[in-house]
Amino acid sequence: MSAPPALLRLAETDPIGVATRDLAAGEQVVLDGVSLTIAEPVKLGHKVALRPIAAGERVHKYRVPIGSATTAIEPGAAVHTHNLKSDYIPTYTLQPGEEFAEEH
Amino acid sequence: MEGFLRADGRKGIRNIIVVAYLVECARHVAHEIVAQFRGQPVHLIGFPGCYPNPYALRMMQKLCTHPNVAGALLLSLGCEGFARHRLLEVIRDSGRPADVVGIQAEGGTRRAIAAGTAWVQAALAEAAAVPRVAIGPADLIVGTICGGSDATSGLTANPAMGLAFDHLVAAGGRAIFEETGELIGLNHYMAERAATPALAREIVACMDKTERYYRTLGHASFAAGNADGGLTTIEEKSLGAYAKSGHSPISGLIKPGDEPPAPGLYLLDVIPDGEVRFGFPNINDNAEIAELIACGSHLILFATGRGSVVGSAIAPVIKICANPETYRRMSEDMDVDAGRILEGRASLQEVGAEVFDLIGRVAGGAQTASEQLGHQEFILTYKSFTPIGPACLPHAA
Repeated sequence: MSAPPALLRLAETDPIGVATRDLAAGEQVVLDGVSLTIAEPVKLGHKVALRPIAAGERVHKYRVPIGSATTAIEPGAAVHTHNLKSDYIPTYTLQPGEEFAEEH
Repeated sequence: MEGFLRADGRKGIRNIIVVAYLVECARHVAHEIVAQFRGQPVHLIGFPGCYPNPYALRMMQKLCTHPNVAGALLLSLGCEGFARHRLLEVIRDSGRPADVVGIQAEGGTRRAIAAGTAWVQAALAEAAAVPRVAIGPADLIVGTICGGSDATSGLTANPAMGLAFDHLVAAGGRAIFEETGELIGLNHYMAERAATPALAREIVACMDKTERYYRTLGHASFAAGNADGGLTTIEEKSLGAYAKSGHSPISGLIKPGDEPPAPGLYLLDVIPDGEVRFGFPNINDNAEIAELIACGSHLILFATGRGSVVGSAIAPVIKICANPETYRRMSEDMDVDAGRILEGRASLQEVGAEVFDLIGRVAGGAQTASEQLGHQEFILTYKSFTPIGPACLPHAA
């Protein structure tokens, strides 16, 4: 069995791919005959835009919506909590500005 | 393979004596008793609260009469609200040896430890005489959970467990998936898989309840590590979690303590009914594992990407590692290296078959990594549920 490609497109219509290994900024990745420059470091399992995504667009993975873009996203850019939000319940992380609010 | 035949006719894959504290105040004594039996099948479970809770009582009744359990010793301080006599009665009615040690009545810590230790010694001797019986996949109930998830969980371990579930259901077994809080966004996909239209409506109602519950809490079932691992939103995490369920139709919707009545795939509703009370539905993975076990799960399939190390009291936990980097770092804690799929070293089908094969071996007595390392985590907290309706279960054959 040969190694899988650096990016995995889980469904044909998905605008994002999933990194199968850590990717470096500037790395050239070819997926389905299309060449893409990785804009920033992307860790294993994280998502990369495969085509331009408009602000407010619903983003699909495995053909199922996983949230909406909060800004326009260029091909090759990482897609994560900084530019994609839940359509259900906000995501909290330990990143500054994304922590769960403290109550007093 | 061989299991243990209980007086109530159920078949277990382990032969465990549980020591159960009925309030936090009795936990130390219970722990000291269990500590006398290191390396032997004596497990600590318990409920920390002082005030009674019907859910906790039912959970303890189901856990203490679980097929893997040979007998139970209850540790009471003496003044707590837990309905110890009702619990004792249910365990004894199942034909298992059971007793209560009251710390106040016994005269304090040292005497209670001595009395409890003597009881467990006798119970272990009795358990050794439990008759053995042939068991196969059709006798098994298997629960599945994912914890410490990252974006690889939904690519490798969860779909592989889904395939193992397909094999189990085809062999006449019973499979339970849960974490309704981590199925948000998939309401209608799940409803389409319901065995009947009435069940589909129950699933949609259950998911509406789930979303309402988490919106009120203001925080989804989503940890900081999930985002570090590449998951951005709860609905994205849900997609990966959902892959654990495999491809079978959903035969029923159950709640904690309900045992699947017939072969098939079941969804376990873990979200309390009624107004939001008592806080987060399940405060960690072991709270969910305890509920799967209370539904009769003989063993648990646990997918992890970030690298969870937990096991459980009462039922063996098979750890399926989704992330190849995590596996290389923590292989001692893992039973299956599903990250091979991501690196092109195995197919999803191969790992699915490996997981199904491992279910059989663990049911036959093989120790899982977490069992070998002595993991026996357990937690039970306050909740409240109303019973399931008739549309939730398959019609009796």
